[in-house]
Amino acid sequence: MRRVRTELWLRRWLVGIVVCLGCLAAGSPANAADFDRQQSLALTGVEWPAPEEVWEVVALKNYNTRLVVLSTALLGVAAGLVGSFLLLRKRSLMGDALSHATLPGIGIAFAIGASLGGTGKSLPLLLAGATVSGVIGVLVMLAIRNSTRLRDDVAMGLVLSVFFGIGVAILGMVQTMPQASAAGLESFIYGKTASMVKSDFFFIASVAAVSALIAVVFFKEFTLLCFDDDYAASQGWPAFGLDLLLLGLVTAVTVIGLQAVGLILVIAFLITPPTAARFWTERLPKMMGISAFIGALSGWLGASLSALLPRLPAGAVIVLVAASLFVISMFFAPARGVIGRWLRHRRLRKKVNRQHLLRAAYELLEARTRQNGNGKREMPIINVPFSRADLQSKRTWSPRELARIVRSEIAMGHLEDAGEGRLRLSEEGFGEAARITRNHRLWEVYLVKHADIAPSHVDRDADMVEHILEADLVRRLEEELRDRDAWIPSPHLIQ
Amino acid sequence: MWTSFDTWIVVTAALCAVACALPGCFLVLRKMSMMGDAISHAVLPGLAVAFLITGTRASSAMFLGAAIVGILTAIFTQWVSKVGNVDRGAAMGIVFTTLFAVGLLLIVRAADNVDLDPGCVLYGAIELTPLDVVKVGGFDIPRAAAVLGTVLLINFGIIAALFKEMRLSAFDPALADTLGFSSRFLHYLLMTMVAVTTVASFEAVGSIIVIAMLIVPAATALLLTRRLIPMIAIAVGVAVIAAVLGHASALTVPKWFGFDTTTSSGMMAAMTGLLFGLAWLFSPSEGLVIRWLIQRRGSDGLHEGASN
Repeated sequence: MRRVRTELWLRRWLVGIVVCLGCLAAGSPANAADFDRQQSLALTGVEWPAPEEVWEVVALKNYNTRLVVLSTALLGVAAGLVGSFLLLRKRSLMGDALSHATLPGIGIAFAIGASLGGTGKSLPLLLAGATVSGVIGVLVMLAIRNSTRLRDDVAMGLVLSVFFGIGVAILGMVQTMPQASAAGLESFIYGKTASMVKSDFFFIASVAAVSALIAVVFFKEFTLLCFDDDYAASQGWPAFGLDLLLLGLVTAVTVIGLQAVGLILVIAFLITPPTAARFWTERLPKMMGISAFIGALSGWLGASLSALLPRLPAGAVIVLVAASLFVISMFFAPARGVIGRWLRHRRLRKKVNRQHLLRAAYELLEARTRQNGNGKREMPIINVPFSRADLQSKRTWSPRELARIVRSEIAMGHLEDAGEGRLRLSEEGFGEAARITRNHRLWEVYLVKHADIAPSHVDRDADMVEHILEADLVRRLEEELRDRDAWIPSPHLIQ
Repeated sequence: MWTSFDTWIVVTAALCAVACALPGCFLVLRKMSMMGDAISHAVLPGLAVAFLITGTRASSAMFLGAAIVGILTAIFTQWVSKVGNVDRGAAMGIVFTTLFAVGLLLIVRAADNVDLDPGCVLYGAIELTPLDVVKVGGFDIPRAAAVLGTVLLINFGIIAALFKEMRLSAFDPALADTLGFSSRFLHYLLMTMVAVTTVASFEAVGSIIVIAMLIVPAATALLLTRRLIPMIAIAVGVAVIAAVLGHASALTVPKWFGFDTTTSSGMMAAMTGLLFGLAWLFSPSEGLVIRWLIQRRGSDGLHEGASN
């Protein structure tokens, strides 16, 4: 038992380390390049780039492009992984609140840095300040949620607006400091992707790698937390600690995102890729993989586009690429996309309509046979033609709806035109109708016998389930009811 | 020194705060607190498009553009979360970040000949409002105060006229629907109110006040009462107090640290947070202090009972 658990841990750490190494390997080409050219990307490029320029950017030949593209792609991977858990906890907007809550810390760190001498714009100090105030914001949020009647959304909005207000007030103060201009601080709000330098890149790459590693290593625990935190707590898992760890990861991703794409657009990095990935699969590991891929793809495409075309802010382009991927996923993903769902829904509706029609026809024939046989029940049912009006009276179909269903049944070969506007079940259709009716009755009998449903009500209840009865379920019903007769009488009157 | 300038600033801010606090109560009750934040970020493309079409910063076109995009934000959010079967928070996040990115792109692309600073949308320039005056009935009134006063009257009128319906649909939208009030209509009406209030406010006072005033006074009031009408009254009171305190502290607090002054809008948002903190600690019904006292008395009683 113990060995199995150790092995499990080993495997998870291995997976994590592979992810980590992958991140670093992606970073190493930048290392080998020359470090001199650090001019802003925003200044390069013409209105429409030549093909060789496109190739240069896509193949990451330019040093600056490589830095920017790789770090936004890595950020996309980390945000995609962490954001998946946030989405499942229904706390997507947490990143929003958190990123706004970093502003006071940035202001205070700037003031401290400036009063110690220097410009105050040392990046590690500013980001440390951002982290501290982000963490305080998260703690306040959790405290409000746990100690008052107010819900998550109120706690988030409250922390967001109050912290941002404090931040604006602090920036308003420190901007008047004589030592240094704080003008650059606003770049945290809108991002300054293009002017990224080597040290920024290594910082972003390592934080992203560590966040991704933790998200992978604690995959099982976070999954449990997302799906049922009360159960996790009752099983002895440190649910609150895990919650804090998850929010710590969000803080880390947000803080490096501040630097890369800005305070507002980093929110999109945490929300859009996981939500898009959700359309493609029902399984969490797959979803996280897809989400990381979408995050990386939008970071790569967005940063490349903004490098190619002049005056396109990278943060905005990245968000728009992610949004386009979201729209594509929302409509075209086969698993949960809008079109896939609509097609499945239509197929089911058609199947239900067909089964209703065939059963109605079969019950009509049954009633005819019984009339002719003086009420004797065990007579074989004879397939005779019937009129549309007879069918019409069996269910609340509109005439147009009925005509449509009949048309499609004729096309499928279940119904035949018997002349004089009358219809007849084909041989195949008759067999199908008998089978459907039998399933319906089996289910009804089962409900009456085992679920205590009154015979007068059972028709409607059976109606809701019978269309999805599979062959093995029918076999189990037959065994349960010890009834292998071909013909089952209806447990209720048929109008 | 407090001048007539300061009085006008506080009056303008208070009008804005009350105009926000009224719909804010319903936002909080309907679990849509983040909508104000989303709308205030998302209006950027509306402003940019209005500017690119008209070529001026005439406020009526900007107002219209922003209000339309604000309402579109609510519609898109609803649409993405219904059609795509997505969590509403996530839908909101995707919609507003995308719109914000579009707005940012438009502004940067047009930045050569445009003086449209995204920063002014966030912070506003409440200190400058008394400079821009209009004549109303023979008095010189800051234009922002006149606009926000009108918005406040409209919000108050709508809520007073539809109070019963809005209360019902805030607490039980399904029942409201079965009784024949379309809770969808009321939802979009509320969203329109929030969008119009947001847009009217941020030109003058900055969207940061709007986001804070929409949520925090209502949340504070919710800790102090469990009835809707007192809740609205308390929220309005908190909003006004925060506006006054905010401006006063923007003038005084920085002096303690050796700075001159700071932005009033940021301080007003911070003050709403302070008032919320007070209610959180000292609310007579569910404050932390009273709960701690009750718990201690309870455990004392237990100890006495054990020793007897």
